Amino acid sequence: MRIQRVEIKQDNKVEISKINFMKLDPIIEKFRNKRGNLIPILQETQNTLGYIPKEAFEYISEKTGLKLSDMYGVATFYAQFRLKPAGKHVIKVCHGTACHVQNANTITESIIESLKINDGETTPDNLFTLESVACLGCCSLAPVMMIDNESYGKLTGKLAVNIIKEIQLKEKN
Amino acid sequence: MGKIKVLVGMASCGIAAGATKVYNKISDLKKLENLDFQLVKTGCTGMCFREPLLEVIDSSGSFLYGEVDEKKTIEIFEKHIKNGEPVKEYVVKSELFETADSPYFKGQIKTVLRNCGVIDPENINDYEKHNGYKAIKKIIEKETSPEEVIQTIIDSGLRGRGGGGFLTGNKWKFAFNNKSDEKYIICNADEGDPGAFMDRSVLEGDPHAVLEGMIIAAYAIGATDGVIYCRAEYPLAIVRLNIALTQAREKNYLGKNIFGKNGFNFDIHVKEGAGAFVCGEETALMASVEGERGMPRRRPPFPAVSGLWKKPTNINNVETYANVSSIILNGAESFNKYGTEKSKGTKVFALTGKIKHGGLVEVPMGISIHDIIFKLGGGIQDDKKFKAVQLGGPSGGCIPDYMSDTKVDYDSVNATGAIMGSGGMVVMDETTCMVDMARFFLDFTQKESCGKCTFCRIGTKRMLEILNRITEGEGREGDIELLEELAVQIKDSSLCGLGQTAPNPVLTTIKYYRHEYEAHIKNKKCPAFNCKKLITYTVLEDKCTGCVVCAKNCPVNAITGERKKVHFISQDVCIKCGVCYNKCKFDAIKLS
Repeated sequence: MRIQRVEIKQDNKVEISKINFMKLDPIIEKFRNKRGNLIPILQETQNTLGYIPKEAFEYISEKTGLKLSDMYGVATFYAQFRLKPAGKHVIKVCHGTACHVQNANTITESIIESLKINDGETTPDNLFTLESVACLGCCSLAPVMMIDNESYGKLTGKLAVNIIKEIQLKEKN
Repeated sequence: MGKIKVLVGMASCGIAAGATKVYNKISDLKKLENLDFQLVKTGCTGMCFREPLLEVIDSSGSFLYGEVDEKKTIEIFEKHIKNGEPVKEYVVKSELFETADSPYFKGQIKTVLRNCGVIDPENINDYEKHNGYKAIKKIIEKETSPEEVIQTIIDSGLRGRGGGGFLTGNKWKFAFNNKSDEKYIICNADEGDPGAFMDRSVLEGDPHAVLEGMIIAAYAIGATDGVIYCRAEYPLAIVRLNIALTQAREKNYLGKNIFGKNGFNFDIHVKEGAGAFVCGEETALMASVEGERGMPRRRPPFPAVSGLWKKPTNINNVETYANVSSIILNGAESFNKYGTEKSKGTKVFALTGKIKHGGLVEVPMGISIHDIIFKLGGGIQDDKKFKAVQLGGPSGGCIPDYMSDTKVDYDSVNATGAIMGSGGMVVMDETTCMVDMARFFLDFTQKESCGKCTFCRIGTKRMLEILNRITEGEGREGDIELLEELAVQIKDSSLCGLGQTAPNPVLTTIKYYRHEYEAHIKNKKCPAFNCKKLITYTVLEDKCTGCVVCAKNCPVNAITGERKKVHFISQDVCIKCGVCYNKCKFDAIKLS
């Protein structure tokens, strides 16, 4: 079931107070009084901020009159929306049928082992978030993962870990 | 040197395989050598197993090069593009001579994929050169009535390609018959079905064909607005759709009084999905466009009566619309001469899984599964034994090897317990565990259930729990019967297609592979050596040479041992990925 309670930790209060919610004004203006505007507003908010903090919901609600409950309902229904900040690089491991048949579980397990985080979590240094996704549509290259907007195909566990290690190395330098 | 045209296949899968490097290399070399030829980014030819692809068309014919890397690119550039001598050993397809891959194209008839990999999807003029927008222009010029357009679609026998298989022309007729000042056309591009990517390929390779199909549908039913609901996981498709929409507006193919016809007002917008499989269901999709949680609504009223914003709405999927312009332009007979009595035309299938030649194929309806897998697809990877094919994704079912002479048309496939679905065909070999496959699909539908209907919400959860325990060796006597009982209840009492079909993978695997379920439950064994809790990898001491290959390749460092000494697998650390088993050259790893 898609309905899930998402805890929002408040330990990053300082950071949130730094977010300039005025950045959301053009988005709100663009979709003002348009039918069916709720999802596009949330999508563009997430594109701007990287995720949708609680304060952003409140800000949008105040400006548009959209109900907080409606917004939260939509945000928790769709897999796309994040209520927590994600790492700098999002690793999406495809678990579509073709990838599953070609042992996608091994890819996820190897990454879990290497980064010491579980599926859906972010590394303590905020560099990586690991996610399982349904289908990236590159089935003939299975198993596949996507880091940021780059896809990698015909993977093995070792290969996947090496790709991530390369990114780690680049980030260090 | 004659006029040369160079095409690089740049759909998402091509790009993932490294097509960007190939394109950039050619582009750099072109500048460096100051050569004059046309370099085009194109879509996917469907030959995914040979990506990245590079095609050179010269005065003698066309040459499609496969598995092109930087080195090959340079060689092809030097020999072929510069000096006009094709590098035959890299050619995978040419009309001039046979190649090892020629069988892949034999028996294929391309209607939907006619332009994919041929034209530049970001250039409307290229589409128009290939008979683009001629169908709608013909309708306007000849003043064909909407009724006649609908009749042609009915006569063609085109059925919905998204899975439902409803007669498209009849759908249009219902929407036409409902009078309203506002009507909508929706294109369902929420291809959430894992293992299917034909819609992505069409959107990335030939977006204008979809737009033209929608414009014709709008003319037929009298629609004013169109929506393409595309999943956000297809960023390139969205980019190309928006380019296509802008170009079409510039030419007044979209907007007010389009194609010079007074009062024909129609425009299309792209709505990005937000990641919910259930939104592929038409009423859930409309709820999502309206900005709500994507939960299905009760039918009737059907969308043709009260759809988007409670107005009459016609909704078809990408592949259906992509068929329309060719039917109008070439007549209903051009379409219904292919196929079987009740399933007309051609259908695109996405061949994936343990198949040698995975990719997109477009074949006439009625071809047998065996022909698709063995004649076009080249058989099973590593020449293992073919076990089953999964058709229709999470809503479909498995068809076993001994039924591979089943014809692919809507009715024959339904008779097996699977469904045609959108055309995803995942091939499985002897190493695939059918109980695990059923568990995989249930896991998917259980997560994607919207939660509206109790039986779907809780029933799938209970079924998944049972399947989980079976694959973990905790299965109980009576579990199979319990699964069957739950399956029937979920099918009977769910509102939408997701719930009504969610138990299909379980039911078909029980029907054809009951013995595998029994082996898991009674003997605590996985006959395919796939379920991780039921298998172990150990080193055979007499065969191990201490070559350290297994230890080097182990992703979790579970294997220890010195060079030239027998190695040891720590069972606590082992994740049972099987890498050591596949890498060992001395068959010293035992799987039991």
